[in-house]
Amino acid sequence: MSMVVPGAVLILAVGLSWPLGWYLRWALDPPPGCAWRERWEQRLAPGDEETWPRYGLALLVFNAVMLGAVVVLLACQQWLPLNPDGKGPLTASLVFHTAVSFVTNTNLQHYSGEVMLSYLSQLALQWLQFVSAATGLAALTAIARALAGRQTVGCFRRDLLRATVLVLLPLALLLAAPLAWQGVPMTWQGAVEARTLEGVTQTIARGPVAAFVAIKQLGPNGGGFFGPNSCHPFENPTWLSNVLSCLAIVLLAMASTWMFGRITGRPRHATALFAVMLAFMLAKVGVATATEAPPTRALAGLNATVGPNLEGKELRFGAAAGPTWAAVTTATSNGSVNCMHDSLNPLTGLVPLTGMWLNMVFGGVGVGMINLVVYIVTAAFLAGMMVGRTPEYLGRKVETREMQLAIGVLLLHPALILLPAALFCATPLGRATVANPGSHGLTEIVYEFTSAAANNGSGFEGLGDNTLPWNVATGLVMLLARYLPILLPLAMAGSLGQKRLVAETAGTFRTDTLTFGLLLAATILIIGALLFLPVAVLGPVAEHLAR
Amino acid sequence: METTWQRSSAALWDPAVLRPACWQAVLMLHPRRMLRNPVMLIAELGAVVTTLATVQATGAPDCGYYAGVSLWLWLTVWFANLSEAVAEARGAAQAAALRAARTDVMARRVTGEPALVSASTLLKGDRVRVESGEIIAADGTVVEGVASVDESAITGESAPVIREAGGDRSAVTGGTRVTSDWLVVEVTAARGESFLDRMIAMVEGAQRQKTPNEVALTLVLAGFTLAFLLVCVTLRPLAGWFGAGLAVPTLVALLVCLIPTTIGGLLAAIGIAGIARLSARNVIARSGRAVEAAGDVDVLLLDKTGTITLGNRQASEFIAAPGVTELELATAAQLSSLADETAEGRSIVVLAKERYGLRAPDLGPSGATFIEFSARTRMSGVDLAGRSIRKGALDAVEAELGELGGQLPDALREAVDRVARSGGTPLVVADGARALGVIHLKDIVKGGIRERFTELRRMGIKTVMITGDNPKTAAAIAAEAGVDDFLAEATPEAKLALIREYQAAGHLVAMTGDGTNDAPALAQADVAVAMISGTQAAKEAGNMVDLDSNPTKLIDVVSVGKQMLMTRGALTTFSIANDVAKYFAIIPAVFVAALPQLQALNIMRLATPQSAILSAVIFNALVIPALIPVALRGVAYRPVGAAELLRRNLLVFGLGGLAVPFIGIKAIDLLLVWAHLA
Repeated sequence: MSMVVPGAVLILAVGLSWPLGWYLRWALDPPPGCAWRERWEQRLAPGDEETWPRYGLALLVFNAVMLGAVVVLLACQQWLPLNPDGKGPLTASLVFHTAVSFVTNTNLQHYSGEVMLSYLSQLALQWLQFVSAATGLAALTAIARALAGRQTVGCFRRDLLRATVLVLLPLALLLAAPLAWQGVPMTWQGAVEARTLEGVTQTIARGPVAAFVAIKQLGPNGGGFFGPNSCHPFENPTWLSNVLSCLAIVLLAMASTWMFGRITGRPRHATALFAVMLAFMLAKVGVATATEAPPTRALAGLNATVGPNLEGKELRFGAAAGPTWAAVTTATSNGSVNCMHDSLNPLTGLVPLTGMWLNMVFGGVGVGMINLVVYIVTAAFLAGMMVGRTPEYLGRKVETREMQLAIGVLLLHPALILLPAALFCATPLGRATVANPGSHGLTEIVYEFTSAAANNGSGFEGLGDNTLPWNVATGLVMLLARYLPILLPLAMAGSLGQKRLVAETAGTFRTDTLTFGLLLAATILIIGALLFLPVAVLGPVAEHLAR
Repeated sequence: METTWQRSSAALWDPAVLRPACWQAVLMLHPRRMLRNPVMLIAELGAVVTTLATVQATGAPDCGYYAGVSLWLWLTVWFANLSEAVAEARGAAQAAALRAARTDVMARRVTGEPALVSASTLLKGDRVRVESGEIIAADGTVVEGVASVDESAITGESAPVIREAGGDRSAVTGGTRVTSDWLVVEVTAARGESFLDRMIAMVEGAQRQKTPNEVALTLVLAGFTLAFLLVCVTLRPLAGWFGAGLAVPTLVALLVCLIPTTIGGLLAAIGIAGIARLSARNVIARSGRAVEAAGDVDVLLLDKTGTITLGNRQASEFIAAPGVTELELATAAQLSSLADETAEGRSIVVLAKERYGLRAPDLGPSGATFIEFSARTRMSGVDLAGRSIRKGALDAVEAELGELGGQLPDALREAVDRVARSGGTPLVVADGARALGVIHLKDIVKGGIRERFTELRRMGIKTVMITGDNPKTAAAIAAEAGVDDFLAEATPEAKLALIREYQAAGHLVAMTGDGTNDAPALAQADVAVAMISGTQAAKEAGNMVDLDSNPTKLIDVVSVGKQMLMTRGALTTFSIANDVAKYFAIIPAVFVAALPQLQALNIMRLATPQSAILSAVIFNALVIPALIPVALRGVAYRPVGAAELLRRNLLVFGLGGLAVPFIGIKAIDLLLVWAHLA
């Protein structure tokens, strides 16, 4: 029974991702020839096809403008309309952190929405949830076009329009409707006062939640309307809403893989990649549900509880739904939660961490696949040498410049996690904000930076993180971790795409075989393990072995 | 070439090579020298830091352990340098053998002030006279005289070759010996820049530059090094969280064990050894880049003659025209070929003698005029006592017959067709206006060549036969030899166009050539092996030179190129896979004092934290000399497809790389405990 939720979610997701991938291709990279569509697109988003540097620049400029606009909106929320509950001003560092967090598709939240934000601010963040997801999809489309050898990689403005209007809006509508039906509020009215049975007056927050939750899951953004995110009964009221949300988290990321295969003209290659990612996903869900089956570590040896660890879980979903969600939400860059990660058993806590360290098991919409491309190029480099040829990927030679960019991305991720984590561990910046001593406290700090660097946004909690140092540090990490891993692979794909196509022979290693899949998986595991094993040992593993 | 190959690997640990290399490896510790190799530079810096820490800790209980770590870190760097020094020394030994031919050569200069001068003073443009028995002092062009030259010093071929002024046979190489007559040679390269000098310099590694793939790999390794630097640097503050102090030597030991020192240390040696392996097969590459490109080649253009078939066609049959006896035909054919010194001509004389007992008549004084083959008439023959006997290609003879009012019988035309279809070359013989018959010249396909082409196909390499024959003949030989495609009636332009066509389709093309008219195609091909016997233009256009002038070697060249890349890839995989075991040795050892529960991760059950760290460092150092033979000989290469190669190398070097250090580190730990060293 316990495997019904994970099973249902994964089977549905894999099944639906295939047709959706086909649709994504049609929506984002339409074959030329449809005159009325081209006319409309040119009218709404005029512009020429761009080379990769111009495309990258357009992406950066658009995101910078969005960031600036939302900073202004958040900073002025107390004077602006749509504020029925009269929410007050936010601190400057929180404004910066929140705007960065949403524009980078991270949705790391150092605030509680229902307590601190006006409806207009929530709307602004919701807007960012749409366009940041669209940015990721557009970036992947451009990279796939470059790898397919096209001279121009598309028009950013047009791709953004396609991703938002043709993909995200309709899907969000499709998801919001059943959520509202299941009981998620959708209203512009302010909080209600209720008198409880005990005679106490209680303020119950509400708002346009269903629309917010739909794009939060699809994005995969993860930023909740309410502080407790999808643990809150108004964000995730029933068993059905839980399954639908979990499905929505992983669906678009899975479909991105198929889209990549179609644009590059290598559907079999995409199948191999999908299989590798799915294997990782199954392993994570499997490990998480297994390690969560024993009672909570906190009560180990006390003969007090039997059965699964129910601490920090929503009892209406059962014990398996929590770890499943935890695995899925961190494998993709979603970061919404339906249980408290802080309360997971130590080894279960390692699963979300691993997901974010590798950051490619389907990953974020578009960007997960981009991260995988970097791993693929690295694996192809090794494989190419091992078969005695200059390494190549999709028929193009991988040389110094490509490896420079790929290694740059691979190095950036651990640097953005380990360096600030070391700084915060060694100084009161972090020491003073941690609620737990020992390994668990270390994990809290490492988790926060991991979540920021993976653009995930889930929190391990137990951390007093709404402070100036935390807001600024994680804000900077999110910015660097968002745009460099888009721009460097774009440059890499641009450089690869300009090269002469090498003919495929029996001497070329194929990228759609089991051998390649295994090599790719091993490369990912070994690189990830080698970089993060020491912190994993000091944090969750030491905590697990402690008793 | 198998013998040379075995000889060179037997000399791997030759003390004469090893002793100077040991010292050379110490000299190479100079930081400026180490800058070329970022991985080993970090390892050396680590060794310096631990040595300083050891000095600081003199007298402290950990001093012995620090000293052990320092010693083995220095040895790690030294082993890496040793691999490069040995590779270079072996290359130098090869070069010395070549250079031996060139010591103390005196030259008789005839330009400027004629004098007997040392070869080293010769300038470009000087002319020297070389008499029988003397050694040619420098590379040059023959401007006067004809002589036979013994080129065995560079080619190993004992039969002397003819060198004469003008034409394709005018190039001579310094260090070769004139065995008869005399030559006047104009020097084309001053000493130190001649062809052979450049080759020697190449082998010695003096001009060795990193190849494109090597640059990319160095960068990747530097990236890994940086990543592990990051891991180790942040480990100290993270450990501080638990109040665990981390000794600097321990941290450095962890760093050096994690960075890819195995491949980093052997990288230079692999490149040098790759080029040396080619020269062991008597092929000199002008750059490492060319060797690497050879591994990528997927189309081989092979000249039919000499590569696929034995050098010469042989007469195998006389087919007489109706009304002509075979004897009459054989007699005419023999007469027309008496002065024909080509192999084909001689084979006709021989066949006539063998089949019909015809002895070659002495035509010396009888007024016979021999007509040499010319490109214009495309016929050869003899005018003798009013008869005019001609042999040549069908269309040429037919035109001649037409002029004289004769006609070619249909039966003969059919015979010509039949011969051509079977892969032979038909030569039509005519006496005046009367067609006598057809000589069947047969190409003999070399033994074993078909199997080699099958191998190449499995490696994903396409073979294309280049021939001047007509399409029918070419198709028959192509089918017999098992090549994938052929270019018939090839002209230099057609060859060039074919290469461009393949390149446009994304192929990398290799070819061999020797004539001046091959130069454009050689220059266009990605890998071009020129024969040392070829013209200077061809040699300049190619990026490799074959000292044996044996076109079949192209296949060896491809294998060596592939092997070089594979060795790098395999050792990189091995090096990185090793890290997993090293983590399991070092991480519990480092933290077990602060977090006793981590003892559970000590799955190798290493005795003490210090013995664990020391064992990992020692294993990391020893694996370098253990792999020097693999680096110098290259990983075993079998001509199979990429999928199979990848599977095999992943299994051996990937899984092997995971497993071997677990065993090695445990064994060293046991040894340390047994010797009471830790």
